[in-house]
Amino acid sequence: MIRFEKVHKRLGGRTVLDGVDFEIAPGETFFIVGTSGAGKSVSLKHMVRLLTPDSGRVWIGDDCVSEARGRLLEKIRTRFGVLFQGAALLNWMCAGDNVGLPLLERTNRPEEEIEALAREKLALVGLETAYDKMPGELSGGMRKRVGLARAIITSPEIILYDEPTSGLDPVTSRSIDQLIDNLRQGLGVTSVVVTHDMHSALAIATRIAMLDAGRIVELGTPAEFIKSPNEKVQQFLQAQYITQRGAWEKTGTL
Amino acid sequence: MNAWARLGRQVLTALRDTGRALVLLAEATSQVVFVFSRQNRSDTLHQMFVSGIKSLGVITVVAFFTGMILALQTGLEMRRYGQEVYIGSVVTLVLLREMGPFMTGLIIAASVGSAIAAQMGTMVVSEEISALEIMGINPVRFLVMPRLVALAVMMPFLTLYTNAIGILGGAIVGYTQLDVSFIAYFDNCTRYAENKDLLVGLFKAFVFGVIVVTVACHQGFATTEGAVGVGRATRRTVIISFLTILTMGYFLTRMFYK
Repeated sequence: MIRFEKVHKRLGGRTVLDGVDFEIAPGETFFIVGTSGAGKSVSLKHMVRLLTPDSGRVWIGDDCVSEARGRLLEKIRTRFGVLFQGAALLNWMCAGDNVGLPLLERTNRPEEEIEALAREKLALVGLETAYDKMPGELSGGMRKRVGLARAIITSPEIILYDEPTSGLDPVTSRSIDQLIDNLRQGLGVTSVVVTHDMHSALAIATRIAMLDAGRIVELGTPAEFIKSPNEKVQQFLQAQYITQRGAWEKTGTL
Repeated sequence: MNAWARLGRQVLTALRDTGRALVLLAEATSQVVFVFSRQNRSDTLHQMFVSGIKSLGVITVVAFFTGMILALQTGLEMRRYGQEVYIGSVVTLVLLREMGPFMTGLIIAASVGSAIAAQMGTMVVSEEISALEIMGINPVRFLVMPRLVALAVMMPFLTLYTNAIGILGGAIVGYTQLDVSFIAYFDNCTRYAENKDLLVGLFKAFVFGVIVVTVACHQGFATTEGAVGVGRATRRTVIISFLTILTMGYFLTRMFYK
């Protein structure tokens, strides 16, 4: 579904991605973790060609997104929904209009139908009553959920999440995790999540990749990841009070 | 880096920015056909309201006092020769040909242009522009084109309004301080001004509107480095717009008045 082939990227005179190679299968919930500046968000931006590799290629299915232009790039992007770190809602539009915007812009559907769909998606993320609220009236968690409703309104095959739980309290974070997991289980969506939050990753990921200084230093299932002998991985887990023995245990429920 | 190298780099940067701004203008112009689409028409009307109606207050004050100052300064000098009755002609010609579009351009650059640059810059920083691109929405059609159409349409109307208020200010000064009756003042207003003066002034206003939107959107889209970058884009928008309006004003005058 998504394939990185030896992707290199330098930004501001610094190597951010240094030969990154990985493949994500359809229906996966793939987490990319790592410290700040490790190249996580940069990887995500390469998938939708907000950034272009200096060398290497990024494939979405059979299309090379890193070389796509014009119509092909537009077509590839229609396969994606993206939840940005700050939700990236347009501040002059109410929550409902933000959610319906992709349909209003990309389709000829009647406005009443778009409104009904926007209400349905808002209900799906638990915000039935927020349709008329302006982004400034919403809390951080609510904004992210509106962003998620907007990301899924076009029924994309792939959803990218950039730090979906950052700045949120643990309870709201787990509710976002649950939404991501529900989308995979209910709609078979392929999800790519960039985060620092190992609790989220261990709870809902199918696989986790850890980036450090632009390289993948570990890649495996949550069970494999937590047992990794890699010093960077263990340091990262321990910093969040997660150890191989005891502190974290997957309960099966969120 | 020596002074020549620094100067060379600045010239190259200015040329590059000018080229990019012109490409942005060309792309926005090519999108004007979508101005009546359901996605754009309400935003275009909203932008006309924001850039036009909401600017009337400050334009009224500036135009009124400029007209008064113009009438007073020229009137006092002309009175020495017993020609103060002609201040109506002077005020009208100066406003129609130069000061009307020029003042309106500067006011709009400082108020609307800076606001556009700040909005675009904030949208870049908060990834809203990236979000639009991912949603398959062309930011130039969605954001730049409605503002371009709005200011290109509103600027001539605002300039007409500036001219009218300025002439009125001049009339009041003429009547209260120079003993020029309203009838004599307005009679002279229309005696020497030609349609060409009005039309060239309105054309200048149209060009200034296009300049302000192009500079503001280009600077906004080029924003980097968060809040500091937004501040820089706003400041640069005002400075570049002022200088471009001034320069273009001269060349347009030269083009029409040889």
